[in-house]
Amino acid sequence: MSADVRAIGAPNFAQEFRGFARFLLAELRPKGPVLTPFNVITAVIVLASAVILVFRYAFGLGAITNLSQDVPWGLWIGFDVVTGVAFAGGAYVVSFLVYILRVEKYHPILRVTVLNGFLAYLFYTGALLLDLGRPWNVVNPIIGNSFGVSSVMFLVAWHFMLYLMALFFEFSPAVAEWLGWRRVRRIVGATALAGVIFGITLSILHQSGLGALYLLARDKIHPLWYSEFLPLLFLVSSIFAGLSMVIVEGSITRKIFHHRVGARLRATHEDILFGLARIAMAVMFVYLFMHLLVFVHGQRGPHLATGWGAWYLLELVGFTAVPAVLYAYGLQRRRLPAVKAAAVMALVGILLNRLNVSTIAFKWYLDVRYVPSWMEIVVTLGVISAELWVFRWVVNRMPVLDFAMTHEDRPAAEPIAARTAA
Amino acid sequence: MIRRDFFRILGAAGSVAVGAGTAEAAETGPVVGTNDPVGVLVDTTRCIGCRMCEFGCAHANGQANGLEKPSFDEELTPQRQTSEKRWTVVQRHVVDGRTITVKRQCLHCLQPACTSACLTKAMAKTPDGPVTWRASKCMGCRYCMVACPFDMPKFEFHSAVPRIQKCQFCVTRIAAGEQPACVASCPAQALTFGRRGNLLDEARSRIYTQPGRYIHDIYGEHEAGGTSWLYLSAVPFDRIGFRTDLATTGYPTFAKEFLYAVPQVDILAPLLLLGLARAAAGRHTDEDEGGHA
Repeated sequence: MSADVRAIGAPNFAQEFRGFARFLLAELRPKGPVLTPFNVITAVIVLASAVILVFRYAFGLGAITNLSQDVPWGLWIGFDVVTGVAFAGGAYVVSFLVYILRVEKYHPILRVTVLNGFLAYLFYTGALLLDLGRPWNVVNPIIGNSFGVSSVMFLVAWHFMLYLMALFFEFSPAVAEWLGWRRVRRIVGATALAGVIFGITLSILHQSGLGALYLLARDKIHPLWYSEFLPLLFLVSSIFAGLSMVIVEGSITRKIFHHRVGARLRATHEDILFGLARIAMAVMFVYLFMHLLVFVHGQRGPHLATGWGAWYLLELVGFTAVPAVLYAYGLQRRRLPAVKAAAVMALVGILLNRLNVSTIAFKWYLDVRYVPSWMEIVVTLGVISAELWVFRWVVNRMPVLDFAMTHEDRPAAEPIAARTAA
Repeated sequence: MIRRDFFRILGAAGSVAVGAGTAEAAETGPVVGTNDPVGVLVDTTRCIGCRMCEFGCAHANGQANGLEKPSFDEELTPQRQTSEKRWTVVQRHVVDGRTITVKRQCLHCLQPACTSACLTKAMAKTPDGPVTWRASKCMGCRYCMVACPFDMPKFEFHSAVPRIQKCQFCVTRIAAGEQPACVASCPAQALTFGRRGNLLDEARSRIYTQPGRYIHDIYGEHEAGGTSWLYLSAVPFDRIGFRTDLATTGYPTFAKEFLYAVPQVDILAPLLLLGLARAAAGRHTDEDEGGHA
């Protein structure tokens, strides 16, 4: 045991603790005005979600959702989980760039991307609990009394859970700096690479695992979307989906939290976005080529002449090929607006793809189609609102957008000052 | 110092992955249960549509499982499906002016998609063949419903404590040496209970001895890799509500390759990533979050 531990722990533990509690309480207070339009709208949505969820747990899923015996999975799985996880793919891609390839250029966005990934997983897998019919049994596949190891779902559940921990581990240096825990900061800093390697491996498997879930639904998904290559397509598309999300979200974050953006990120932000766009574009062309192979291999030609064919082309040409070309244009002319537009379009393409596989082209032969109820949509918006609140809370307090900002030189160390900060 | 710690962590992570991997590989065997499971042969040419099977099922299983009592004044449409309150229903199809009644229920696959989908083993195949559901295990994710090619698992959407409902093949009655309730209540000998191998022989001999009475096909012999319940019919099966475009291999096979790839990725990806990280290391010591200690 070294000297500095005794120096921190021994002399006045009670006083230390009181100081720490005061600091936490001060940090919990909102910064800035409370009654903004954003706050009011999201608060209404979150409250409405809470009321809806009371009904959901009292009377069952059927009371508030449009799910049926024919369509057991709806918006909460198709959007919140399947699409949300693809959008959160940026965390493992940027971690790969910074920790494995050591491309320092992307270091300034590492923490905000990892934070986004962590919160996305926390809230979207949390939303999964709302969808589970018997959530009190959720621990069964974890505690080992019923390992359904032949299930893709088992694999996805475990990889989700472990990845959530890996992401927290990866973000923990920021938490340690915020709290001023130097020893903890040193330890988590030293073991970070292990966590990142573990996290990337877990990501590869659960991103593809989400596609693999649908391998069993071979005869229920329209042949234009079913393929034995679904796991690979899901994995590859998660790379550019994640990067496009980083571009869109980074542009918004930079505007809203401009007071928290560090000098280095401010100087290199455009460079970073163009770099990410270049990777996204390359991966999109690979993805399109894979789809071409699947199209030929699966003899999908005859389906193109149908209405489903037009819908398929809208997804793959309108919202995958076109944004890929738009990325190329924006990069060549160095036009940031074009790159951002391409990123938004690419996200729409991924949204279409994931919803098609999970709900729209699922049981395409049914006469009665599934359309989510307004309550399903409100709860989804509620989950997103809650996530945005937590994101804002963290970004406004922890060194996320500016690494040099440590515990010592932050005004929040003084509880009174924290309240006056913007 | 740091490097040694790191390798130790990686080693631990790797061994966890290996352990999970071998377990996964061992559990994805092809046929579960005994070689000759119990089954039922449904001869739709003998079925008179009296629905005694429905009543027998509700009588035997209704109370314990919250099933509803069938009523006599229901119209037997082709659209009638099993539900969270009905484990079996009789459909009436009119094919070329001829009325054909068909009993529907879970087919108890030899390689069930639902059990391979279940992450808690709530849906499980008993050694004798019946595919059953256990409330204490199920977390209500409904992946079994997504996976089942016959859409048999039903979910109680209007319950705070929902169950998955489907035919349990009267597993306790069978264990006690009795016939399933539906078979016992059939007055027309349309249902024959026995070992699947014997039932296949019986089905074939009926087709051979009365070739004009049946189409030369046994539904369930190959569908979804084979099912414990088998059907005989006078008309093509797609005319009486059966899907004839299903795969003839067991559905768990479709996810097998992916599941086999998982342990390999779990082991090889970290090694590859570590190698890459080591190869790329060197010049950049500044601002590396892992390099401060």
